[in-house]
Amino acid sequence: MSASPSTNDFILQVEHLSMKFGGLIAIGDLSFQARRGEITALIGPNGAGKTTVFNCITGFYKPSEGMITLNRIDGSSYLLERLPNHEIPARAKVARTFQNIRLFSGMTLLENLLVAQHNKLMKASGYTMLGLFGFSSYRKASAESIDLAKHWLEKANLVDRADDPAGDLPYGAQRRLEIARAMCTGPELLCLDEPAAGLNPKESAALNELLMDIKNSTSILLIEHDMSVVMQISDHVVVLEYGRKISDGSPQSVRTDPRVIAAYLGVDDEEVETVLIEVGDEDVIEQLDTGPDAAHGPGTSSSFLAGPVTDTIGHSEGERVTVSKGASKAEQVDAKANAAPRKPAERATAKPTGSTPKPRGGRK
Amino acid sequence: MAVTVSPERDVVATPVQRAFREAFYAGAIALGLFVLFIGLRTDQNISNELILVQRWGLLAIVVILTAVGRFLYVAFGQPALERAKAQKAEAPAAAAPGFVRRNFNTIGIAVLFLYPIVIVMLVGFQGSLKWVDNFGIQILIYVMLAWGLNIVIGLAGLLDLGYVAFYAVGAYAYALLGTHFGLSFWILLPAAGLMAAFWGVMLGFPVLRLRGDYLAIVTLAFGEIIRLVLINWREVTNGSAGISGIPKVSFFGLMSFNVSDPNYISKVLGIAQSGAYYKIFLYYLILLLCLLTAFVTIRLRRLPVGRAWEALREDEIACRSLGINTTTTKLTAFATGAMFGGFAGSFFAARQGFVSPESFVFLESAIILAIVVLGGMGSLGGIAVAALVMIGGTEILRELDFLKVVFGPDFTPELYRMLLFGMAMVIVMLWKPRGFVGSREPTAFLKERRAVSGSFTKEGHG
Amino acid sequence: MQYFVQQLINGLTLGSIYGLIAIGYTMVYGIIGMINFAHGDIFMVGAFTALIVFLILGALFYSVPVVIALLIMMIVAMLLTSLYNWTIEKVAYRPLRGSFRLAPLITAIGMSIALSNFVQVTQGPRNKPIPPLVSKVYTVEGVSVSLKQIIIVLVTVVLLALFWYLVNKTSLGRAQRACEQDRKMAALLGVDVDRTISITFIMGAALAAVAGTLFLMYYGVVVFSDGFVPGVKAFTAAVLGGIGSLPGAVLGGLLIGFIESMWSAYFSIDYKDVAAFSILAIVLIFLPSGILGRPEVEKV
Repeated sequence: MSASPSTNDFILQVEHLSMKFGGLIAIGDLSFQARRGEITALIGPNGAGKTTVFNCITGFYKPSEGMITLNRIDGSSYLLERLPNHEIPARAKVARTFQNIRLFSGMTLLENLLVAQHNKLMKASGYTMLGLFGFSSYRKASAESIDLAKHWLEKANLVDRADDPAGDLPYGAQRRLEIARAMCTGPELLCLDEPAAGLNPKESAALNELLMDIKNSTSILLIEHDMSVVMQISDHVVVLEYGRKISDGSPQSVRTDPRVIAAYLGVDDEEVETVLIEVGDEDVIEQLDTGPDAAHGPGTSSSFLAGPVTDTIGHSEGERVTVSKGASKAEQVDAKANAAPRKPAERATAKPTGSTPKPRGGRK
Repeated sequence: MAVTVSPERDVVATPVQRAFREAFYAGAIALGLFVLFIGLRTDQNISNELILVQRWGLLAIVVILTAVGRFLYVAFGQPALERAKAQKAEAPAAAAPGFVRRNFNTIGIAVLFLYPIVIVMLVGFQGSLKWVDNFGIQILIYVMLAWGLNIVIGLAGLLDLGYVAFYAVGAYAYALLGTHFGLSFWILLPAAGLMAAFWGVMLGFPVLRLRGDYLAIVTLAFGEIIRLVLINWREVTNGSAGISGIPKVSFFGLMSFNVSDPNYISKVLGIAQSGAYYKIFLYYLILLLCLLTAFVTIRLRRLPVGRAWEALREDEIACRSLGINTTTTKLTAFATGAMFGGFAGSFFAARQGFVSPESFVFLESAIILAIVVLGGMGSLGGIAVAALVMIGGTEILRELDFLKVVFGPDFTPELYRMLLFGMAMVIVMLWKPRGFVGSREPTAFLKERRAVSGSFTKEGHG
Repeated sequence: MQYFVQQLINGLTLGSIYGLIAIGYTMVYGIIGMINFAHGDIFMVGAFTALIVFLILGALFYSVPVVIALLIMMIVAMLLTSLYNWTIEKVAYRPLRGSFRLAPLITAIGMSIALSNFVQVTQGPRNKPIPPLVSKVYTVEGVSVSLKQIIIVLVTVVLLALFWYLVNKTSLGRAQRACEQDRKMAALLGVDVDRTISITFIMGAALAAVAGTLFLMYYGVVVFSDGFVPGVKAFTAAVLGGIGSLPGAVLGGLLIGFIESMWSAYFSIDYKDVAAFSILAIVLIFLPSGILGRPEVEKV
């Protein structure tokens, strides 16, 4: 298969993907693209079908319909829905992590990373035969694989624990190890299923750092609930609800999309208009407030989807609060703000003036 | 009888009071269990009708023994065990392992190599027969089988209850090809291994998708199918009568162990005739085969395929997400394990000179499995110790003729062999649920090699 | 046709016995997720108990009506066999609950070896034949149905109905089903898990004891090693039907019974077990969780 140069900008193209479980349509006619070298985030409320999309991309499910094309940097492209499960990482170079971490808990960190280099080492060991008789070619490959493992252990800040069993690590470190392990397969596209879930702010910051580092060499597709992560590190956001795409674009455009807001806040259909108006001017106000102030940074401005939202919601008297994204994250958002790319946030600053700040509240 | 008592009651009663009550319960339960089976015995009279023989005295003895045993355990045994446990918990990390522990493997291998020599020096060539054959060779065969099965269960985490089938394939391969075509052991040993490996793949294919107990029953069924075919395919296998006259192994074609051959060993070397030479030769042969198994296992663990086996045991889905072809990985595990079973089988046929389906019943699979689990899955040293304890223990029971003096001439200790074997399996497992060696040796390290505690390793769901 | 119907009846009889034993496997598996390998030997103990009770009755009374004798044999066998299974669970399985999965499997195999050898040691290794209890045979249009077969099928049906009621309509059954779903949660909601598991073992053993009694009545002979083959067949039946599923166990038992009698009748009696095992393997290739088993969803 060959691909035209234009499609090669997109590392992943999902076209008309549908996945049905019996009568349940988990994904319906979903199309989106992920650009090479970018972080693409897949967000949506619980049960929106994000993990199902992942499972289709990584071959754990065979989609009912649709096409998933992966374009490798060398120009070759693969139809992922046709590849057997294990060939997707091996040939199409797509690696993934899992929502509920799946480490080889009884093996050491180093061994975990060595298992990830299985196919390469298998070849080097002459499919076991050369290795069994101790040929030097395998020994060299083996030493190289340990070096690569060490490289990723250092990146993940785990090198001190290399000889401990993976099951012994704290939660955040297990997440980083799982990402390091996926990276050891040498992927071109890394799929992360909620990498920040259950992490404390410090661990979350360490994770962001790791991801920004990985982004230099590998495109990332990300499922995430933690909007501070999504808004800060992703270049492109796709929003799903009930298995359908409801929004697609830059983080900035997505977070102001009324349908997204409705999906997250659970607004009735008739109320979408109202919310649109409310949020529309809300957004403008906020941009004005914080946009020009560089010292303040985009952190606090990252809209209602991001961290500091509860601060504002707290003020809304008489209204029911449905979103509580944890004010404790505000600090963390601030801390990371300088490191994060600011382009999307700054783009929207040149909007007309509005009235006085008005507390934002989600209505149900 | 480990009748557990709820903690609330523990507080109220003193240990001795509690022990009395427990002893009473245990006695009552024992009475219920044994009243018909020990109190009465079914026997045939002269006209071949079943009659009952009463044995109330024996019943009373057994019940009282149970009650007293339970009393002693609850009153003294349990508190002592708890104290020991508390002390162990208080004590800081165990001191550096002793000399024997550190050099366990070297010492073990040295002892195994010297064993026949020491035996011959102690009891002479004729006297050594029993010790080398019944203890040495017998135990080493099980060590090899258990090490082979360890690859499937201990490393890859695939529960195989029909391992004896590969043993049978190896044995019959040598028996049939050796008797019909007169091929030498040294050609047939690898052939038998390959054939068993082939059957391992044959078994592997249908069970690839199965997990846990489904896998267990299909492997068990596979073992039974092979055995039933061996029994019923009389034209080839001679049915349950078995195949006899299987040729002996030659000393690499240089010397023979057949008295009638011109190059019989005692003629070549000019020493006295004795059957012991063959046994000693076989001993070293199986010892080398065992060491080959161990060497290959250790090597494979450090190769990608071995790591993939262990990873498969830990998490199959993660394996697939890393590009590991789980199908071929499982099949290689089945094939490699089966191959060693086949080697052991052809050795067994050569040693016995006779094979019949009797030798390949499910019980053998169960014994091999028990050795693997009791030893500690994945640990070669632990498994060898388990084989020594379990097989050596039951072999010793054959030798306890002096008990006849105690229990009267009718007493046959051999009868109790399997009963005690079964009970020992239960007791050892309760005592050490993870086996003798519960920890796992990592296959690679950056700074230092530290054993991984058994609580982290998984046992696979295959 | 007559021949076929005859085989159908034979298969039904055999299948009933397998089904009764298979329920014990499937229940234990459902509730604690382990293969109770000793269950086949529990069945054998049941048959032996019935044999000894039969001999006691013969020694004590000049003549006892067959129905009453069978009933007494069955009840005593159920009681004593339950005691065996209860004790085994307490001694060999309970301490290992929640530990390493293979550990209880090994103790179960150990218990199986110990039980059969215990019976061998205490009762001798020889076959134990008894005179036929019921010998009446009815012939309808060339198909002969013995009273034994009718009794077996009847007893099985009655027991299954009773059993179905217990599991589906009583609080005990609810507790069992709760423990099956989630043992920890059931305990948190006040279900006495230990007791429920004990009762499960008792129920399984009672059914196995009935199967043992029927087996003794049908074949008129029992030997210490009789636990293994019916045990493995019943286990096969449980897996074939979908282990953990009660109707599956009965269905699997009947299927294995039919396969065996048909294969013996039309092909070769030597290979009937090979046929049963091969069909198990073939079915599992296409239905990896048995016929009625819930497919194991691979949650990623």
